[in-house]
Amino acid sequence: MSWLEMKEWSPYAVGAGIGVLSWLAFVLLDTPLGCSTAYARTSGMIERLFRGKKVYEKPYYRKFVPAIEWEWMFVVGIAAGAAISAGLSGAFVWVVVPEFWALHAGPSAPLRIAVALAGGAILGFGARWANGCTSGHGISGTLQLAASSWLAVVCFFVAGVLTATLFFSAFSG
Amino acid sequence: MTIHFQSRKARLALGFVMGIAFGFLLQKAGVARYEVVVGQLLLKDFTVLKVMLSAVVTGMIGVYALKGLGLARLHPKHGSWGASAIGGLIFGVGFALLGYCPGTLAAAIGQGNLDALAGGLIGIVLGAGVFASLYPGLQVRVLSKGDFGDVTIPQLLKINPWFVIVPLCSAIVAFLLWLEASKL
Repeated sequence: MSWLEMKEWSPYAVGAGIGVLSWLAFVLLDTPLGCSTAYARTSGMIERLFRGKKVYEKPYYRKFVPAIEWEWMFVVGIAAGAAISAGLSGAFVWVVVPEFWALHAGPSAPLRIAVALAGGAILGFGARWANGCTSGHGISGTLQLAASSWLAVVCFFVAGVLTATLFFSAFSG
Repeated sequence: MTIHFQSRKARLALGFVMGIAFGFLLQKAGVARYEVVVGQLLLKDFTVLKVMLSAVVTGMIGVYALKGLGLARLHPKHGSWGASAIGGLIFGVGFALLGYCPGTLAAAIGQGNLDALAGGLIGIVLGAGVFASLYPGLQVRVLSKGDFGDVTIPQLLKINPWFVIVPLCSAIVAFLLWLEASKL
């Protein structure tokens, strides 16, 4: 079986690969890799459909202009790359309710979608508040030794561990 | 003097190709799976930290070496206690409820996770939009509080970056070895 068709690679090999990608981003694009800005630009592009050019006057969208930039293509590429990887290993499968969720919170699809929607909204809001996510701060920022990123990533995991622990103890208790 | 691409088309194409590589890697590590992310936050499965920390070690040594050669420039993000700490805590709550982050969410969609598509994607775009509307007020009241700028840790300590990189990377490698020895 070829290594491209393997279901799982060592997390260390994957991490080293992501590290090398970050070198390429700095050298070829003169920018750190990040994901959450693309979502903010998307929200601006959607708002433009309803409010027209007034969107460009919002101070936040003057900073992050609602347009397709390299990060936007990067995020679309992530979905494509994961589809290729899952397709090659035969791991591609449509799932609504993840197994672990079903085990603890039951098989209801509307409940899972509702919590994913609420969680997504909180995450999207927090990512813009902190000015970065697990990629932009968690990997690209920490590897540059940025003070903002080390502070943010510690907060990501402190709140994440507390929330996950409380959430799942509520279901098992 | 850096040698990066300037043309919009080249940057879009390169972004897409790098995204494909990133998504491929995330899927192969399993970190696009809800179980793996939540397992990390419940401190039962350390795959997410293993991937992140090995990326940070590889990336840090390479990027600082490239900077030394004049091939790369650093772009540390501006930070403040109001933005980085409070925003980070809000992010963490959403991270645990969603079970994906903005990057792994895209990978999860690519491998067929419909909760990521129908719930997470719409939620993140909505949350980012609400933030954009509240931004001017938040900027004055919270985000600017405790501002420390775009400083790096070696700049804060006023030492050569390699005096941070070498001990920090050694500590990370030791931690990863300990994780393996503890079968975590």
